[in-house]
Amino acid sequence: MEIKLLCYLIPSLVMFCCGVYGFLTRKNMIAMLISLELMLNAVDINFAVINRYLFPGSLEGMFFTLFAIAIAAAETALAIAIIINLYRVTKNVNVKDVNKLKG
Amino acid sequence: MEQLFPILILCLPLLGFLVLGLLGPKMSHKLAGWTGVINMGITMVLAYTVALTFFLGESTITEPIFNYKWLEFYDKLVISIGFLLDPISALLLIVITTISFFVHLYSIGYMHGEKGFQRYYAFLQLFTFSMLGLVVATNIFQMYIFWELVGASSYLLIGFYYTRPSAVSASKKAFIVTRFADLGFLLGILILSYFTGTFNFTDLNNGNLVATQFGGATFMGCSLLTWALVLVFMGGMGKSAMLPLHIWLPDAMEGPTPVSALIHAATMVVAGVYLVARLFPLYLMEEAALMIITVVGAITALYAAIVACTQVDIKRVLAFSTISQIAFMMVSLGVARPEHHEALGYMASMFHLFTHALFKALLFLGAGALIHAVHSNDYTAMGGLRKYMPITHITFLIGCLAIAGIPPFSGFFSKDEILAACYANSPFWGVWMSVVAGLTAFYMFRLYYRIFWWNEPDYGHHKPHESGWVMTLPLILLAAASCVVGFIPFGEYVHFMPEPYHIHIDPVVAVSSVLIAVIAIALATVMYRKENSLPDKFAKASCGLWKAAYNRFYWDELYMFITHKIIFNGVCRPIAWFDRHIIDGTMDGLAWVAQRLSITIRPLQSGSVQAYVYVYLIGALLLGTITAVCIL
Repeated sequence: MEIKLLCYLIPSLVMFCCGVYGFLTRKNMIAMLISLELMLNAVDINFAVINRYLFPGSLEGMFFTLFAIAIAAAETALAIAIIINLYRVTKNVNVKDVNKLKG
Repeated sequence: MEQLFPILILCLPLLGFLVLGLLGPKMSHKLAGWTGVINMGITMVLAYTVALTFFLGESTITEPIFNYKWLEFYDKLVISIGFLLDPISALLLIVITTISFFVHLYSIGYMHGEKGFQRYYAFLQLFTFSMLGLVVATNIFQMYIFWELVGASSYLLIGFYYTRPSAVSASKKAFIVTRFADLGFLLGILILSYFTGTFNFTDLNNGNLVATQFGGATFMGCSLLTWALVLVFMGGMGKSAMLPLHIWLPDAMEGPTPVSALIHAATMVVAGVYLVARLFPLYLMEEAALMIITVVGAITALYAAIVACTQVDIKRVLAFSTISQIAFMMVSLGVARPEHHEALGYMASMFHLFTHALFKALLFLGAGALIHAVHSNDYTAMGGLRKYMPITHITFLIGCLAIAGIPPFSGFFSKDEILAACYANSPFWGVWMSVVAGLTAFYMFRLYYRIFWWNEPDYGHHKPHESGWVMTLPLILLAAASCVVGFIPFGEYVHFMPEPYHIHIDPVVAVSSVLIAVIAIALATVMYRKENSLPDKFAKASCGLWKAAYNRFYWDELYMFITHKIIFNGVCRPIAWFDRHIIDGTMDGLAWVAQRLSITIRPLQSGSVQAYVYVYLIGALLLGTITAVCIL
């Protein structure tokens, strides 16, 4: 059981690190959004797996996963809308150009 | 009915002020002026009704007619606005409304065509309102409120010609000097009310009770009651232009002449006398306070009379004469004792206040007519005017005779009572004040002869001529009043003791004072009737006294020296330095630090999302590591 749990957790960790790396290095906002989704999904996997293997009697982890997926979908829709509008103004999606609101 | 008239007396001038002040610019000069005159006429009729009902009726009310609780902080600290009718306030109601009405009427002619005519009338109404509120005050705090209002409206009226720098500085001077004196008044009020727990005059005038409430508290070797009374008197000194706070009054003549007649001769300047009279039963408890009043009054009377003998500006002569006459009233109060002729001085002071208001207003309005005719304040531009302005001449002469104390004019009776009161107290004050009375006659007739006799200067094409009826009618009526009011049995109505005082002329005092006045007038006749060199010779022979008096004994220079050289350099400059470098410096330093700090940390807010994530990530890792280390 320990082995099976690790089999899920290690890929999830790799996914999360990839997400962080991508979020920090990518200049394209779409790519950053994808990285963000990667991190969220890694967390979702953690929730589901830990619920399944460590606390088989309860369902909270599953519910959290479902919630996170729903919210991530909404958030992605919002982010895409913002990015599209930004594109209409600036004609690109480079995150370096989106600093007009800095102090 | 009993309450309606008093309320109207206070409200009508206030209403007049609001209407003229707010709607004035939309009115024509004529409408605004006559609105003011008619409003004041109605107020005068109401005041006469109230005062005469009081005097002639058998009413012995000592309670205020109404006393509205205005501010109630807690049960001990209540400030009311009310209407107190007693002999002296009824007397002042008559004086104020009469003079104010005549001045309103006269100003229609005098101020004709002036810029700001409506504003002038609005201010006159405001002044009358404040003065009426002052005299009918039921408590000392109401008096103080209206006292300040009077000061403010006086400031506005002195500075009426606000484009003239001299008028502006005169108004500032009047306000600052009287305000400085009012500080003493306020301190006096606070001490009095701290110990007695009341502001009401009826309670304060219960001398024995107040003395027990003070319980012999002392401060710097004097009893606190004396301190309180002297401080209250200081307020009176400021308003009534007693030495050394007199310097504002001669300069206040920068205002329009009718204003000088109303404020600086007849009404406002007697507020100090009125204040002392109002608290007189309390003053009787403290011999020292009365002594100070007498000494200050006597010195002021002599000083002002000497200065008045040398001034060239006719309004200034009248101003110094006013100072001197008010000092007469102060001395009269100071020497009044119940054991001497039933406090004759109290009655005499009020009597002189009454007669002086009439003849001094007459003299000022006459001076206004002269200034209007020759367009100059200096008597050097006048001379021989008796041919050109007969009505002004006769009325001015009556005013001069009245102030000089020649029977049967009103000034004789009141001045005689004052001198009798002085002699009753001590022959020293009696002789002193007789000398001042002689000087009064001298300087008034010096002025009279210089204006109406002497030699004519070159008037050019525009010969001076008599002014219109709105200006001569008040003169005639006031002159008529000055002839007859002396015969009013004044002591029957205004008296300190419960029973009426029957005026009787003391033959020794009366004959000697008339004799002195006649000698002084004769001297003035010799010196000033025709152009001659006697005055110059006299001035040369007086070894500098004349020059010193001409320069008003250098009081203004002394004040200038004290304020500019000592106070400005010794006190104001260090304070300014402290303010600029320490107070401002601290604040500037704080601002400088904040600014430098914000400049330093501003680049952190780069707007780059990824930079924020880096920082966040590093922070999160750091926190995680710390937590992990702590747990393990």
